[in-house]
Order: sequence, then structure tokens, then C-alpha cells
Amino acid sequence: MSSSTLSKPPPRSFWQRVRGRQGRNLWFALFVAPFLIGLLIFVCIPIIWSAYLSFFDARATLSPTTFVGFANYQNLLTDPLFRKSMLVFIVFAVFIVPLTYVCSLALALALNNVGTLRAFFRSSFFIPTACSYVVAAMVWRLSFFNGARFGLVNSLLRKVGGSNIDWLSGVGYWYWIALVSLRLWLQVGYYMILLIAGLNRIPTDTYEAAAIDGAGRWATLRHVTLPQLRAVSAAVLMLLLIGAFQAFDEFYNLLSSSGTYPPYARPPLVHLYLISVGGADQDLGMGGAGTVIVTGIIVLFGLAQNWLVTGQERREKKAITPTAQDRREEVSHG
Amino acid sequence: MNVSRRRLLSASAGLATAAVLTACGSNTGGVSTGSKSSSTSGGSGKIVQWYHEYGEKGVQEAVNRYAKDYKDASVTVKWNPGTDYMKLLGTTLLSGSGVPDVFESEYGATLDMIQKGQVVNLTDTIGDAKSTFSQPVLDRMTLDGKIYAIPQVVDMQLLYYRKSVLEKAKLSAPTTFEQLVEAAKAVKTNDMGGFFAGNDGGVGVLGNLLIWASGFDQLNDDHTDVAFMEQPFFDAVSAYRDFHQSGALLTAASKDWFDPAPFVNGETAMQWGGLWSLRDIAKKWQDDFGVIAFPAIGASGKQAVPFGAYGSCVAAKGTSNDVEAARKFAKWLWVDQTDKQVDFANSFGTHIPSQPDLTEKCSQINSGPGKDAAKMVDKYGKAPSLFWTSKISDAYSAALTNVVKKGEDPKSAFAGVQSTAKAELKRVNK
Repeated sequence: MSSSTLSKPPPRSFWQRVRGRQGRNLWFALFVAPFLIGLLIFVCIPIIWSAYLSFFDARATLSPTTFVGFANYQNLLTDPLFRKSMLVFIVFAVFIVPLTYVCSLALALALNNVGTLRAFFRSSFFIPTACSYVVAAMVWRLSFFNGARFGLVNSLLRKVGGSNIDWLSGVGYWYWIALVSLRLWLQVGYYMILLIAGLNRIPTDTYEAAAIDGAGRWATLRHVTLPQLRAVSAAVLMLLLIGAFQAFDEFYNLLSSSGTYPPYARPPLVHLYLISVGGADQDLGMGGAGTVIVTGIIVLFGLAQNWLVTGQERREKKAITPTAQDRREEVSHG
Repeated sequence: MNVSRRRLLSASAGLATAAVLTACGSNTGGVSTGSKSSSTSGGSGKIVQWYHEYGEKGVQEAVNRYAKDYKDASVTVKWNPGTDYMKLLGTTLLSGSGVPDVFESEYGATLDMIQKGQVVNLTDTIGDAKSTFSQPVLDRMTLDGKIYAIPQVVDMQLLYYRKSVLEKAKLSAPTTFEQLVEAAKAVKTNDMGGFFAGNDGGVGVLGNLLIWASGFDQLNDDHTDVAFMEQPFFDAVSAYRDFHQSGALLTAASKDWFDPAPFVNGETAMQWGGLWSLRDIAKKWQDDFGVIAFPAIGASGKQAVPFGAYGSCVAAKGTSNDVEAARKFAKWLWVDQTDKQVDFANSFGTHIPSQPDLTEKCSQINSGPGKDAAKMVDKYGKAPSLFWTSKISDAYSAALTNVVKKGEDPKSAFAGVQSTAKAELKRVNK
């Protein structure tokens, strides 16, 4: 049949277009709407309102009337405790991000090569992920890193001839051991699972090709596994960084005492919590300003990391894509 | 011991001096979602009343019983379990939804509650009974001559010491800080610390005490500046730092300062604690313990004990929308019903009634160390200023920690507190 004899389909009305074929658009809207409405009410509006509050003197009120411009931002950025909290985040991130990544990757690689009891080991390492940060912090504080003579670590130290250490008292920097080890224990299993998923996506023939080429374990890891895991690694590192920024539970529950929180090891969210709802002041304007600043920094970090990862890919593509000069040379040689 | 509640008390007043409020025994952990008292035939109105979760057994039943006895309205008591009562209260008042008509609040209403018009003036409600209340306690709940809360019951902190341990070292109870340090060093052994004031090294709970014991106040009279930026205060902080580093101060124990366990277990010879622990301590050590105020520091120093009280407030826009009925109930319970106040102060833990005339009726504080403690409130009692906001408190606590634990120079560390306080006070004095 020639195309000229085909009859044109009747034009569809506006509502038909909105509904889509077989009402697909309506079904889509029906299934997505509850989540979208929830997201709007519980996430988007509070974020916008928080940003709005940041420009007002909003103490103990959600509907402020005194516009203060950038005064809250200025107060916060000149507050030594807030500035120090950003430094604490950097120190924490420097420790926890690479350490968690390396440990997760090591576990993922180890379990990927385990023949027997693989599921058992995976589950064992993943179980801490299900543990509440607060509960884990209490165990760390009251049992493992209790500074008293009967604390678990102190008992072991005394057994080997050492003396008690006040792990969480703020004298020295021992508290970092408690903080980092706690988060490591809680998170390493989760990221291990993500990396195992990434490892499973690497085609086996790639490894076979590497083996035929005589690549050893280290060369295979460096030239096959890690490049193939780049996308997952980027996501894991990003999540770890955001997680480090959002650190709150373990810090607060390990280090707060009698309702006060010490100035050392105070990450941004703990400081903002103390300003906005942790004390009796309820300075929501200042809290909102802090939230905007922290969000901005997370976005900047995310963009920078994305640029670095894609930049690396661009450089590699450039390295393997023949340039016009290369092509001209090929033609002249041909 | 209700650990979380103690923390909460401290948080609201900034430093742990706030934790001298209504006492707690062991937190039984019973989670209740609140209970409704039976409606009475006498009244048609409805009143919603809030309490935080008290640790001692029997308090919840008692407050329900009090509400049931009220004949002029039906009172629903909501018992709020958990650690964040003041935060819950703050956010409820902020949202304006489900606001209780009558509620208890640490040290009475906060400055924000008063300035935002969330609570009503109760001066006329208390009326002539004003003179029957402990003056320093009532003063803490007063702003510009207006009373915003009716004190419920008084709590306090004090220093417990083991008589036999000090006697063995041929020492008497310390009245100066130098004597305290000397005693702590003398009695310290491998298994027992000299003095314990919390697992944070005491910087939380003793923060305000270092101001008061060195002879100063937190703020000046017109609430425009801090009142302690003087050399004797810097010397006091330095002396505490030296004590912290001496090894005689126990900085880690099985429980925190608000729990009698370290003192009861023999982990320390002296402990800073609360009056609420008196019963447990007496049970263990019988007559082998005494109580004293925090010792004076330096030549111009004075002994001090922090006190506090939960105050009963009336919301300006409560659920029942009947402020007069709420006022009437608050007055009935916390001013007129003296037998209930004695029961509340004496039956569930060791507390001091907010009306001093009732002290004689409280068996736990009309003799022995309990009586000594009750006298201390009148003699050495101190409470944080209403204008000592969380922000000032946090800055102060941070500076003190930096001096004691990180070796910062006191003068420069507290200069930052002064500038924060000035800005903050300028704002709240508007």
C-alpha cells in the first residue's frame, strides 16, 4: 500500500493529549502524585521557608516580621564556633571519607573472591547498617570508650600494663578514635554492598583479557577494576562526603554532657541544632542561614567532584580519540 | 535517676546549674502517652495540663490524683515521656497547635515565651500569697515586676563528701577551693578519685559556679554586659584548670554527676550532685556523709549553691481558650493546696517546697543533711539570670572548656564571650 492512500489519524484533542495513549499520563500522575505531594510538603516547602526565615529575625516564631537582610549570615560567618565547626567537618571528612572507601573496597574485593559462606560474610558486615546511630553511640560511650577504669578499652590497656585514657573528655584528641571508629563500623557494610554491586557489573572477559596479557593482581586492580568502578566510586565518595557533612547523631550522643556540648569536635549540624532548637532560644533565622550555607557548600563540593570525575573521563577520551592531526598523518602515510 | 531529664535541665539554662530543678529518682523507663484524669462533676470547662516525665515512681499517679480532685473543671493531664520536654514545649508554643492551658517549665517561662506573649502574667493570680514563696525562686520567675510562673518545687545542687575518708586524712569539710583541692589530693587513691563533678571534667555543671564562687554575677544589673570580666574570676578559672590537670579530679566514672552512683560505689570521696540523690546516698552511707556548698574561690569569693524550680505557667492561647479557668486551676494547685505541695515535694524524692513555711512538714529535709541543704538555698542560693540566653551560655561553656582543657588564656577566651553577650543582650533588651 502506498503511503498516499494512508488516511491521516484524526487530530487529538487537548485533553486526549494530556491523558496520553490509554490514559498513561493519568496513571503516571496517579502513582507519582502522593510522593510528589509529600516531597513538596515535607521537603521543598520547608527548604524554601528555611531560606526565607534566614533573612529575618526569627526567634521563637515561624512567621517573623523583622527583616534583617544578611545579618544572620554575617553573624554566623563571624561566629568563631561556627567557623570552627567547618574545620571540624574538614578534619572528620579527611579521616572518614577515604578510610571508609578503602575499607569498603577492601571488604568488597575480599568477599568477591570468597567461594564459601559469601552470603554469611556479606550479611555480617552489613548488619551494623541496621543499627541506630544513637544506640551505637551509647555502646561506644558507655562501654568501649568509657573513660572509667572499667571501660572496655581501658580494661584491655590496663591488662597490658597501660593506664586509663579519658577517651571523650576533650583532653588530647582521643575522641577522634571513638568518632571515626563508630562511623566506620556503622557505614562500611553499606558501601561494601554498593561496591560489590559495582564489581558484579564488570564483565569477566575483561579480567580474562587482562590475565592473558599477563596482568598480575595489582595491575588488574589498578588498570581494570578501579577504572571500571569509577562511576560507583564517585557516587560512594559523594555520599560519604555528604554523610560527613550531615554528621550529628554520633557526635551529639558521644560528646554532649549535661545538656552542654563542648566546642571541640562540633560539626556544623550540631552547632546549628544548638542555635535553632537545641537551646531555649529557638533562633530559627540563624538556623536557616546556617542551613543555606551548609547546603551551598555541599552543592559546591558535589559540583567540584563531578567536574573532577568527568574531567578525568574527558582526558581519557581525548587520549584515545584520534585528533584531526592524527587522521591527516594516517591519510598521508596511507 | 532520670539521666535525660538532667541533661535537659542543663540545656535550657545553658550550663548544668539548671539541673537543680525538680528532682528525679531512677527513670523507670515506663513510656506513657499521657493519661486523662477523670472528669469531675463540678465543672464544665476543660483544661489541658502538661508535665515532663519525672523519674520517681508515683509522680504520674500523684499529679493525676491532684487533677482529679479539682472540682471546677475537667483537667486532662498529659505526661510527656522522653528527654526533650522543653524542646517539645517550645515547638508546640511556636506552632500554636495543641498548646496546653497549664504547663510546667524550667525556671518558669523563658525570656522568649514572655517576649512573644506565649504566657500570661500571673502576678494577680498569686496575689497576696506572693510573700509565702521563697523570694529568690520567685524572683527568677519574674520580669519587670511581673510574675510569669508559680514555683512548684525547689531543687538544688550541693557537694557530698565522705566524713570518714576526710577524717582519716585529718581534714575537715572544705569551705574554700584551696581546701577542696588539698582534700581531693589527700584522699585520692588508685581506686577512688578525690572529687567528681561529671565526665566532662566538671566544666558543664560547675561553669556558673566558678562565676558565683569567685564573687561575681553572670550579668550586670541592667542586663547589658557580663559582670565577671575581672582578674579574680580569671584566677578562679585558672585554679580550676590546674585542679583538672592535677589528677585529683576524677574525670571519668560509671555515671555522670547527676547520678549518685559514683559516690555510692566508692569511686569518689567527694561528688558534686543534686539534692534528689540524698535518699540513695543516705541509704548507702548512713551517717558517713555530709553536704556542703561549693567552696569560695579566692579572696573575694563566696560559697554558692545553684537552685532551680519548675514553674507552672498559663498559656496565652491554650487549647481550651479559657485563660481564666487555667489561672484558677494553677492557683488552686500551686498556691492553695499546700497538702498537695508537701506530698509533691516529699513523697517521691528529696525536694524543698517552694513555700518555705511548708519545710517543717517535709520529713526528708527537716533534719540531718537534708535540713543543712535546705538552709543553704537561703544562705548561698544562686540561679542563672533570665537573660543568660542559650547563645551566651554556649559561648561561655565553650570558652571555659577551651581554658580548662585546651590551655587557652582565660582573658582572651572570655573576651569573646563578652562580645557575644553584649550583642545578644542588646537584642533581647529591645
